[in-house]
Amino acid sequence: MDPKILVEYINNVTVVTLTDEKILEDVDIKALEESLLPLIDQNSGLHMILNFKDVKFLSSAVLGLLIRVSKKVFESDGQLRLCSIDPKIAEIFRITRLDKVFDICADVDEAAASLD
Amino acid sequence: MDSKSSGRNSVVIGSTKLAACKVCKELVEEIKRSGFGDQDIFAIHLALEEGLVNAVKHGNGFDPDKSVQIKWEITDSKFDITIADEGEGFEPSALPDPRSDENLEKTGGRGVLLMRSYMDVVEFNDKGNRIHMVRYRGGQDGAAKPTPGD
Repeated sequence: MDPKILVEYINNVTVVTLTDEKILEDVDIKALEESLLPLIDQNSGLHMILNFKDVKFLSSAVLGLLIRVSKKVFESDGQLRLCSIDPKIAEIFRITRLDKVFDICADVDEAAASLD
Repeated sequence: MDSKSSGRNSVVIGSTKLAACKVCKELVEEIKRSGFGDQDIFAIHLALEEGLVNAVKHGNGFDPDKSVQIKWEITDSKFDITIADEGEGFEPSALPDPRSDENLEKTGGRGVLLMRSYMDVVEFNDKGNRIHMVRYRGGQDGAAKPTPGD
C-alpha cells in the first residue's frame, strides 16, 4: 500500500499531510483511516493538524472519515485543526456546514498557533 | 445551439465500486476533452462520484445480479446524465438535512446535498432509483437547488 500520509512532529503537534491529490476510493479512505486512528489511539491529548495542501478533490465519504477522526480526537482529550484547504474543497465544507464543525486554519503555522 | 453535441451515449455497468470509478474517470476525461472549465469539471466530477457510488452501493447494494444504466450527453451548453439502478429506490424528500444541527456530526448523508449543490438540475423518478442531472457550462455552485416533486 502506498503511503497516504506524511507525519511530522513539530514540538508537541502532530502534523499529518494528506499526500493524495484525489481521495475517492474506499481503499484510499480505509488506508487513511487505518493510518490516522492508531496515531490518535497511541497519544491521549493529541494535538493534530491535518494538512490538505496537496488535496484537490474529495468525496462525501472522506467527510465521514474526517468526522470519525474528529470524534476520536475529541474523545481522547485532543485537539484537531484542518489547514491549507483548496478553495474548491473549502466550498464543500461550507455547503455541508462542516466549516462549523471543524476548526479550519489558513496554514500549518496558524493551526499550530491556535492549539492550546 | 448544440452544434457540438456528442450524441446520446449509454453504458451498463456491474454493481461494483471499481466499475463505478472506471466509468466516472472516463466521463471526466470526456468532459475535459469537451472544453468545460475547471469549476464545471470539479462540479460534474463530484456529482458523478456521488451519484455512481449511490447507485452501486445504496441502490443495488453491490448485488452482482443487478446493474446500473448510465446515459449521458455532452453538448455546447451542458452535460446531461441519467443514472438508473435496480434497487428499491428511496424518497428524496425524506432524507434528513445533513446541515441541520442534529445531523451535522453524522458521518453520512451528504451525497445528495452535494449533487444538488453542484448540478443545475437534479431530479429523481417517483421510485427513487433513477437520477437525472444537468450541469450547464459556467453553472453556479454553492446552493442546494429544490427539485420538483421533493
